[in-house]
Amino acid sequence: MGIAGYLALIVWAVFVNNFVLSQFLGICPFMGVSKKVESAVGMAAAVLFVITMASIITFLLYNALLVPWNLQYLQTILFILVIAALVQFVEMVIKKVSPTLFAALGIFLPLITTNCAVLGAALLAIKKEFNFMETLVFGMASAAGFGLVLILFAAIRERLALNVATPKAMKGMPIALITASILSLAFLGFSGMVRM
Amino acid sequence: MSNQSLGSVFTRGLIKENPLLVLLLGMCPSLAVTTSVMNGLGMGVAVIFVLMCSNIVISLLRKVIPSAVRIPAFVVVIASFVTIVDMVMEGFAPDLHAALGVFIPLIVVNCIILARAEAFASKNSVLASAIDGLGMGLGFTLALVLVSAVREILGNGSILGINILGEGFAASPVLIMILPPGGFLTLGIIIAIMNKLRRA
Repeated sequence: MGIAGYLALIVWAVFVNNFVLSQFLGICPFMGVSKKVESAVGMAAAVLFVITMASIITFLLYNALLVPWNLQYLQTILFILVIAALVQFVEMVIKKVSPTLFAALGIFLPLITTNCAVLGAALLAIKKEFNFMETLVFGMASAAGFGLVLILFAAIRERLALNVATPKAMKGMPIALITASILSLAFLGFSGMVRM
Repeated sequence: MSNQSLGSVFTRGLIKENPLLVLLLGMCPSLAVTTSVMNGLGMGVAVIFVLMCSNIVISLLRKVIPSAVRIPAFVVVIASFVTIVDMVMEGFAPDLHAALGVFIPLIVVNCIILARAEAFASKNSVLASAIDGLGMGLGFTLALVLVSAVREILGNGSILGINILGEGFAASPVLIMILPPGGFLTLGIIIAIMNKLRRA
């Protein structure tokens, strides 16, 4: 894959095949941590780091351990353990290196383990038979797409919360889902732009 | 637990504490696989199996697992059953397996399963945990079938692949309903209706 190929992969992962709006990966944090732009930015940064690291490590383990011994069926168990350990490790490192960042991310860090975008990125990279560089670029671009949409959505919800006209039954999750639907409709405009 | 009958453990998950429509757990698969009733049903059955089996095993092991490492232990149990479902489905229902794709292995991170393990199976008897798993799993399946029925009828004019709205509709259906925006829209409106009904 040349430079153009990588560029196409980035556009595809960020816009055309956005993790949240077209793949439905990572909906829980997307709905849960999108009430304030500030926390959305923190979450986006943490997820970017964890997805990138997780896709590299799972790629290496898959090819170095599972493939030589024909143990591919163990990938789900191995990957989830790697992700859980990685999140724990990242938590400890951030706590030691930058206590301020640690305080800012708070509860979001441990919750990344159950973010299906992380496991999803690792599984999709294996399924699409990406090589090492492609896996790295795919992981980073997918996470960037997740972050972009999360921050956009948080900005919309901050304003939406001030709207008194929302019917009572629609408040909270229903109106958030319908907002996400419109956002997803907008992203549908990118479909077909790049084919992978 | 003693004052709660097994019947109420079972029915609780169906409507009153429906995992998807009331507790708002497991949103990713319920948006992604509900493009047709068949896919929704397949996902629901897979979740029932994993939820019941993991609830039973975790309830059996609840006195053995040290509480400091309980979450990783639960995840390993759940991941094992998900791997079994993945293999069985690939062998016996390859079309369904291909349609559900990456969302089969992703049952591991479905919050419903870990939530039931943590909140119920790790504290209750084996029988009650199995019934809780069945009830919650059925409730999730019901919700999936509801969402996918709305999407399939409007987006494809059919239900379970059988045309019900006539040739004219099937020729130009509301395609957006089976595309991603339709998923968000349908779930949003169904949850709003549930909110309205529960308050009334």
